[in-house]
Amino acid sequence: MSITYLEAIREAQAKALRNDPRVYIYGQDIAAFGGAFKATKNLAHEFPGRVLDSPISEDAMVGSAIGAAIEGMRPIVEMQFADFSSLAVNQIVNQAATHFWRTGVPCSITIRLPSGGNPGTGPCHSQNLESLYAHFPGLVVMTPGTVEDAYFMLLEAIDLDDPVIFCEHKFLYNRLKTESLPRSGLPTGRARVARAGRDVSIVAYSAMVQEALAAAEELRLKGIEAEVVDLRSVKPLDYDTILASVARTGRLLCVGESWPWGGVNAEVIARVAGHGFHLLDAPPFRINARDTPVPYHPSLWQAHKPTTALIVSHVRQLLEW
Amino acid sequence: MSNTLKELKRDVVPSGFQEQYIKAFKWMLLARTVEDKIVSLWRAGKIAGGVYIGRGQEAISVALGMRIRPGDIYGPLIRDQAGRFAAGEDVLEVLRVYLGSRLGVMRGRDGNVHRGRPREGRYAMISHLGALISVVAGGLLARRLKGDNSAIGATAIGDGGTSTGAFHEAMNLAAVEKLPLVVLVVNNQYAYSTPNSRQFGCRDLVDRAIGYGIDGYSVDATDLKESMEVVNHAVERARSGRGPQMVVGTCLRLSGHAGHDDASYMDRALLQSDVGRDCLDLAEAYLRDQQWADIASIEQWKEDARAEIEEAVIKVQREPPVSPEKEDWCAFATRRFLDSTPAA
Repeated sequence: MSITYLEAIREAQAKALRNDPRVYIYGQDIAAFGGAFKATKNLAHEFPGRVLDSPISEDAMVGSAIGAAIEGMRPIVEMQFADFSSLAVNQIVNQAATHFWRTGVPCSITIRLPSGGNPGTGPCHSQNLESLYAHFPGLVVMTPGTVEDAYFMLLEAIDLDDPVIFCEHKFLYNRLKTESLPRSGLPTGRARVARAGRDVSIVAYSAMVQEALAAAEELRLKGIEAEVVDLRSVKPLDYDTILASVARTGRLLCVGESWPWGGVNAEVIARVAGHGFHLLDAPPFRINARDTPVPYHPSLWQAHKPTTALIVSHVRQLLEW
Repeated sequence: MSNTLKELKRDVVPSGFQEQYIKAFKWMLLARTVEDKIVSLWRAGKIAGGVYIGRGQEAISVALGMRIRPGDIYGPLIRDQAGRFAAGEDVLEVLRVYLGSRLGVMRGRDGNVHRGRPREGRYAMISHLGALISVVAGGLLARRLKGDNSAIGATAIGDGGTSTGAFHEAMNLAAVEKLPLVVLVVNNQYAYSTPNSRQFGCRDLVDRAIGYGIDGYSVDATDLKESMEVVNHAVERARSGRGPQMVVGTCLRLSGHAGHDDASYMDRALLQSDVGRDCLDLAEAYLRDQQWADIASIEQWKEDARAEIEEAVIKVQREPPVSPEKEDWCAFATRRFLDSTPAA
């Protein structure tokens, strides 16, 4: 048996609906149709009345989930694309994120964001918004980069009392597979050393974990042992695991598919520079998408985002510094 | 779906109405008195942040607040002190938040009109207008999913707030889900300084109810009796499963937008017109006309309200203030997510 990243997301929701009567799912075209990407396929049939088609109203979708959470439910909101969550930013950052702080009543909602680029999806269907949401106090931002994490972290997102922005990467939906679903996993807030190495630390998350692992394999053939740290969640961020890795390797390369300005990579580098400057043998580097909207044409898109080849060349520069 | 209530017999005073009217009047009086005190304390520098009062719209606010039962969901807006009192808030709770007492329900983390007790069905508004309506709707959706169809939800918005996308999305969602939601639209003629003519293009805001496919009512919000009758009707319709109800009350905001605003832009003709009448004065006159209260009793009620508020101010000013040392600075409910590495 093999299971994809997308199927893992569906299975996690099925399990949550089965085990927890507080869970329901709200989103566009998710009931009989099973969602634009089929992440809720058959769930409306299996769980009648708990997988509900919403009007095209991102603000009200999230607002209603906040109200339901106040009443003790555990809503999951599916955004059709991460990009459309911009229409719900007010509810997410001013209402959900602040609710526990302001009132003492937790706001346990999970907002699923089908994120990231695919060939041909263009400026309005390719965005990675983890840095935007991580900026706001009170939001947990998850960025699973493996099938196991897509499953286990989504279950944990639903269980957490805090609002969770769950950034699931569309490029991985059907490309990433595993043999079976995990029964346990690392808790949210803990990064994972995806591959041990001694020469350089590559810190990545979401789809970039796979690019980093591919780069590490290429580098191995050249005698370079790269350590790959998968952040798993970008907020909270596991500085201890990052600093321990940099302590082993002395070199840091951060890889993220989102834009560079004020992003996750910038935050990781700022913390390492502030708390682990003495551990560094070279300046920390980062690779992000180019600072333009995400291009539509596949050839431009390939040149817009970090790739395995780009990671390899940056590691070589770091080692030559 | 109609603008007026043909089934209401306006000239007949139903049994128990006198008692309800007097209760409503006392809450209006308490709201007016506490807000006068709050403005005074704000001018004296005792209150941080903005002070937004409901002067002139106490009647329509109280009409909704007094219909809220335990177990209902109520999301008042900035000019709903009368409704808050009627729905169970007490004077101490108001003043603790305004005066920054550590015993205040918001613990200094949010202020003034943003206060609430969500766990008790009293939702806490944010400043972004229209944003609370879908939250109240979601609370009702949750109740339905839990098999509880006994509660209604109620919230308020102003003429300006109806121009937001959030208002439209929430009204439409509530209509699609056929939720027992009562939305009070108080057209007080100005959104901050912007008059109706720069706010919307429709003939009357109540016409929007037709577009949403919900019941809509117009009411003279300066008239307490009419406000109570219309709101009672809308609330009963919501309770009996007739879906969302929209009540549009017309009055004039008898203050600036906030303490700092002298409302010099306000059209004097409006102030002189029927729209500009003070609902509290009208309600007092009605009480006397009906011989439900004489001047001496009304003066005593006013004195009682002032005394209760003065006593509460003295008590709250002696309470410990919020302090940064007592604050835990953790925005997460999950305590282990507290960032232990200070940002360098």
